[in-house]
Parts: sequence; structure tokens; C-alpha cells
Amino acid sequence: MYRSHVLVCGGTGCTSSGSEKLITALNEEIEKNGLSNEVQVVKTGCFGLCALGPIMIIYPEGSFYSMITTDDIPEIVSEHLLKGRVVERLIYNETITDDGIKSLNETDFYKKQKRVALRNCGVINPECIDEYIAYDGYAALGKVLTEMTPQEVIDTIKESELRGRGGGGFPAGVKWSLARANESDQKYVCCNADEGDPGAFMDRSVLEGDPHALLEAMAIAGYAIGADQGYVYVRAEYPIAVHRLQIAIDQANEYGLLGKNLFDTDFNFNVEIRLGAGAFVCGEETALITSIEGNRGEPKPRPPFPAQKGLFGKPTILNNVETYANIPQIILNGVDWFKSMGTEKSRGTKVFALGGKIHNTGLVEVPMGTTLRDIVEEIGGGIPDGKTFKAAQTGGPSGGCIPASHLDIPIDYDNLIEIGSMMGSGGLIVMDEDDCMVDIAKFFLEFTVEESCGKCVPCRIGTKRLYELLEKITSGNGVPEDLDRLVTLSEYIKQNSLCGLGQTAPNPVLSTLRYFRDEYEAHVNQQQCPAGVCQDLLQYEIIEDKCIGCTACARVCPADAITGKVKEPHIIDKDKCIKCGACVEKCRFSAIIVR
Amino acid sequence: MKSLAELQAIRDKMQANLGLRHDEEDKTRIVVGMATCGIAAGARPVLSAFVDLIAQNNLTDVTVTQTGCIGICQYEPIVEVTIPGEEKVTYINMDADKAREVFEQHVERGVPIAKYALNTVMDK
Repeated sequence: MYRSHVLVCGGTGCTSSGSEKLITALNEEIEKNGLSNEVQVVKTGCFGLCALGPIMIIYPEGSFYSMITTDDIPEIVSEHLLKGRVVERLIYNETITDDGIKSLNETDFYKKQKRVALRNCGVINPECIDEYIAYDGYAALGKVLTEMTPQEVIDTIKESELRGRGGGGFPAGVKWSLARANESDQKYVCCNADEGDPGAFMDRSVLEGDPHALLEAMAIAGYAIGADQGYVYVRAEYPIAVHRLQIAIDQANEYGLLGKNLFDTDFNFNVEIRLGAGAFVCGEETALITSIEGNRGEPKPRPPFPAQKGLFGKPTILNNVETYANIPQIILNGVDWFKSMGTEKSRGTKVFALGGKIHNTGLVEVPMGTTLRDIVEEIGGGIPDGKTFKAAQTGGPSGGCIPASHLDIPIDYDNLIEIGSMMGSGGLIVMDEDDCMVDIAKFFLEFTVEESCGKCVPCRIGTKRLYELLEKITSGNGVPEDLDRLVTLSEYIKQNSLCGLGQTAPNPVLSTLRYFRDEYEAHVNQQQCPAGVCQDLLQYEIIEDKCIGCTACARVCPADAITGKVKEPHIIDKDKCIKCGACVEKCRFSAIIVR
Repeated sequence: MKSLAELQAIRDKMQANLGLRHDEEDKTRIVVGMATCGIAAGARPVLSAFVDLIAQNNLTDVTVTQTGCIGICQYEPIVEVTIPGEEKVTYINMDADKAREVFEQHVERGVPIAKYALNTVMDK
């Protein structure tokens, strides 16, 4: 029995900011103070507030410490753990009020969140199956095996109206019932943990923070469709997630929660990990299945759908990590509980990875239908440096940009598609006035060009040509007709590509064109970049009246493009200028302007 | 895993340990003064006694916390017991044996021990 628990985040974010070292230092310091029998240090999954890592919570007080270094450890141990005095200077300042320190759940970041898929992340030790069990772990599996028929399980999931959290939003229960209906000697349950969108890490957090939830849900799915083998396809770039998942599988096998005759029934279920090499296209279901089979990850035309002929030609269901993480909760708490959250057509919650120009970079889970404004301004803490919001990008390379005029739209699957973006897996990148929308579109296109597997022509060549058009526009060589060409080519790629990668690749272009056409027009008509990002369109000039001829700029210029006599106004030779911006930084008289 | 009962047993055992990771209002709080004055007067055995007793009795609705100096150092070790909905009782000049008494009488049965309480002693 410990009187105090110190929870240290061991997610990827905090690990890279040094939480492993903190744990070592903490244990040493606790030992030194003779508190080893009283204080337990627990490594947990992600708390969500990655921007403030490494993060530590001390219970029973619930004190939330952020941005801790090893130098702070002796103070925390001797003050807080030994003497019970909270070290206020290290406390997350959002929790400090005039009346003392408030609970973490009352802060803007957590207040509007509703944690279902992430409920155990940052609460339990993911490497300890007992802690998962203490939080109702495996109770849902026990319930379905002892009290429910497979058909009842499927009906429950169907009634809950749970939609796939990986992007498309296909109803999970329908997918399961299709796989159940197909007779076969062998069926498979697969999990898509090949999270590829730049900036998205929802699935990684669940794997790192609550891996047993995934295993439990996969076993439930296996029982429902009649499968005894599961595969988790996870990218090798997630070493911590892979490590913890393997520990979880071993522990579950040891406890008989995976393996043979679970809960004394004749149901058997095994799970194995398959590592992906990180190709974006392997997040597409047919490519993922091909990759598990040991082949090069390339998509196949559908039908046949995986529910008919999937892995090794057998009926297979493939769901995303976050989808699975909801399943045990739906079984335990019931359909009505789940349907009480979210909107009419999108039930439950959604996890978003907040990134870009925002204060609270991290992971948030909110009920479907929460407005973008709530997520960005309240939970995310707004835009840093007093800048204004320009757009939010959802859905990664398959999604689109949402402009400020749509900030109050309730976010769900259908609303996002209506405004030209998509839910995707949940990446949410915020952009401010300094971001050029043409450049953003080019960034995502560059990604899809590289990640296109090359199997079909519309995607392989189409995205490349699309990228070249954007390159032409951002380098100042665009003409007004190029905008129509962008649209025509985009539509062609969307209609003719083999898989989701190509079908959605033009979305970033189309959505930015739809909402920020004026920026495109400035690029092609006036050869200007309003946000000042596209280098080739920038002009550096010295204002004669302001220049006192100190020569600082001329000395720092790496291209010798600035000339002039001492104490006389200087001039920039535009042909020599490489637009590095060094002169602007050096000038103390604001005499150099960029336009 | 053979049965739900087996799962339930692990769950119950672990929940006792994890109870303190929730800050709920409906818990009994035992606060031990652990500033320099408290430690010097022997607060550590008092604290350990409470922790051990809670563990032995598998209580999930009681937390033990430390606090700093509350300003009446001559009465250390000081222990405050707050049962939800009732007045806080401050015990003074505690030791491990008194802690056991307080635990059995006040925490478990809800009857404060007046003779150890601050107001009783001060009124004398």
C-alpha cells in the first residue's frame, strides 16, 4: 500500500523531452529519503498536454507538474513527497487560482473534454494488466463471452451507431455483421494502427497508454464474427507503442485473457503484431492486408471487400485503434450511454491531435459536434503571439482546410465533408496569418507524391503534375489559367484513382482554392504572396529615407547583393539577392522591407 | 482466466491501491502535518501507521495526505480527520498508538476521540 502515487507520462512526447531520466532520478531521490515503501512511481500513457512535457501528477493531491527537469526532482521529493508542500513554481499555471490550486479537470484544457477512448491514458500503468483490470478491464470481454451471443454483440455495436474512427466513418457494426455472415473455416480480426497523417498521434497514444483496451476489443470482435486470430498492424516508427503492446499481449496470454478457452468457454483468440515500414498507403485497408500477407503494400480494387475476401483470402474485419478503444465501453455502459454523446449521425467522441499555431499542442478527446472554435480557442488555448486564426486543417493529406467563417460548425463526419474537408483520423493543424495557403497545399501534395505507391496512373502521375502546377504558382510563374487547370486535374485524380490515397489527395488543393482563392489569385495575377511565405515572390528593398548607411546589412549579406557607401543609403541588387532575410534581421532601423 | 469471479477478485484487490488517484469529494481525508516541526516531533510513524491500517483494512474511500506547518508547532504531530459532511477534527500530540485509536474510533466508526482533539485540550 502506497500513500502517494507519482504518475509520470511515458508517452512518446514526454519520453522525448526526457521523462525516462526523470523516473530514474525520482526513484533514486525517493530511495535516498527512505520513502520507497510509501511512494510509488508509475509510468503512464499520454496525458494529452504534450506541449508542457515532461508531465507529472502526484496523488492524492492531484498536483499537476509540467515541464519538469531532473534538477527539480530533489525539491519535489523533499518538499512535496516528504513534507507535503506543493512546489507551486512547477505547477501548471492554469491550475493556480486565487483560492489555491484547482483540480486539473477544471482547467480550460480538460474541462470540455470527454475521455472515452483515452479514459485510461495518463491514469494507469500501461505495462500492468492488474491496473487495467482495476479500471473494469476485460470485464466487457467476460460479459460477452458469458452472457451474450455473437449476434447480440453485433446488434449492440450496430445500435450504438459507432462509426469507424480511421477516417471514412463506416458503421463498425455493419462491417462486423458482413464478416459474420460470410461462412468460412477461418476469419481474421485486424487492427489498423498504421497512423500515417503528418502530425497525428491518437492511435499511438492509445497503444502506449492503454494497450489492453485494444486487445480486449479485438477479442470481442473475434467472438462476434467467429475469428480466433487477430493482427495488429503498427508502424515500426512507434517503438514505445510496439514494446508496450507486446508486453500487454504477453500479460494477457499469461492471465488467460488471450489464448485458449477464455472464461471457460470454447472461444480461443490470439493476437500478433505485424510491423509496417511506414508507407502511408499501408493505412489503406487493402494495402494493409496485402502488407500483412508479406507482400509489397499496394491497394487492390474493391469489391471484393475484406469482409468477403480479406487477409489470406478469408473474411476479415479491419478497424482503427480508436474505434476498438470504444468497444469495451459500449458493451459495459450500454448503447444509450454511448448515444447520449455526440450528434444525431456521429455518436460518441473523437480524439484530435492538436498541432500547428496553437498554445496547447497535444491530444484532446471531445464529444462529436463540439465546434472548432471550442477546440481551438478554449481547449487549445488560442493562437500564440496575438496572431489571428486563418484556417484549421483536418484529415491530413486527405482532408482540407476550414476557414475562420466555419469556426462555429459542429464537427462531425458529415459536416466536415460538406465543407470540403474530412474527419480523417483526427489530425488538426491550426494555421495563422503567417501561413500561405498555396504553400500548405503544396506541402500536402509533396507528401502524397512521395507516398503514392505508383500502382495506378491517375495517382502516380496526376499528383506529380498537380504538385508541379503548385510549384509553378509559388515560384511566381503561374498564370490565371493555372487555377482552372488545378481544378480539372484534381477532379480527374479524384474520380479515377484506385484507392483512398489518390481519391482524396487533391482535397487540400480543392479546399484551399474554395476558401482562399484570393491568395491563389494574388500569386498568379500580381505575383505576390500575401502571407510572405513563398520566397520566390518576395522582394527585398531598402527604404532610402530610413537607411543611415551603417553597412551592417552589406556585411551580413552572404551573396554580396547589397552595395553602398558608408553613411549613404544602400541598395539591394535583386538579381543577386537570395532572399535569405539575414539583412532584415541585422538592420536596426527597420529600413529593409519585404513585399 | 476461468470466470468473472476471478477477474472481479483481481479488480477488487487492485482498486484498493488505485483509489487515491481520484480526487473525489466523498472520501474521508486524513492529513498529517509533515513540516520540519511535525517530522521532528515524530509525524512519520503516525503517517505510516495510518497508511498501514488503511492497507490492512482494504479501505478505498480514505486518503492520507501530508501538509505543511499549520502554525501550532508545540502540538505536533498534528493530524486532521475530515469525514464528508462533518466538521474537521484536529488531533494533536499524536503518536502511532493514538493514531491506531483514532483510526478505529473515528475513521472506522465515525466517533471522534475528544480527549486528543485540539479544542478539548486548548479549553482546559
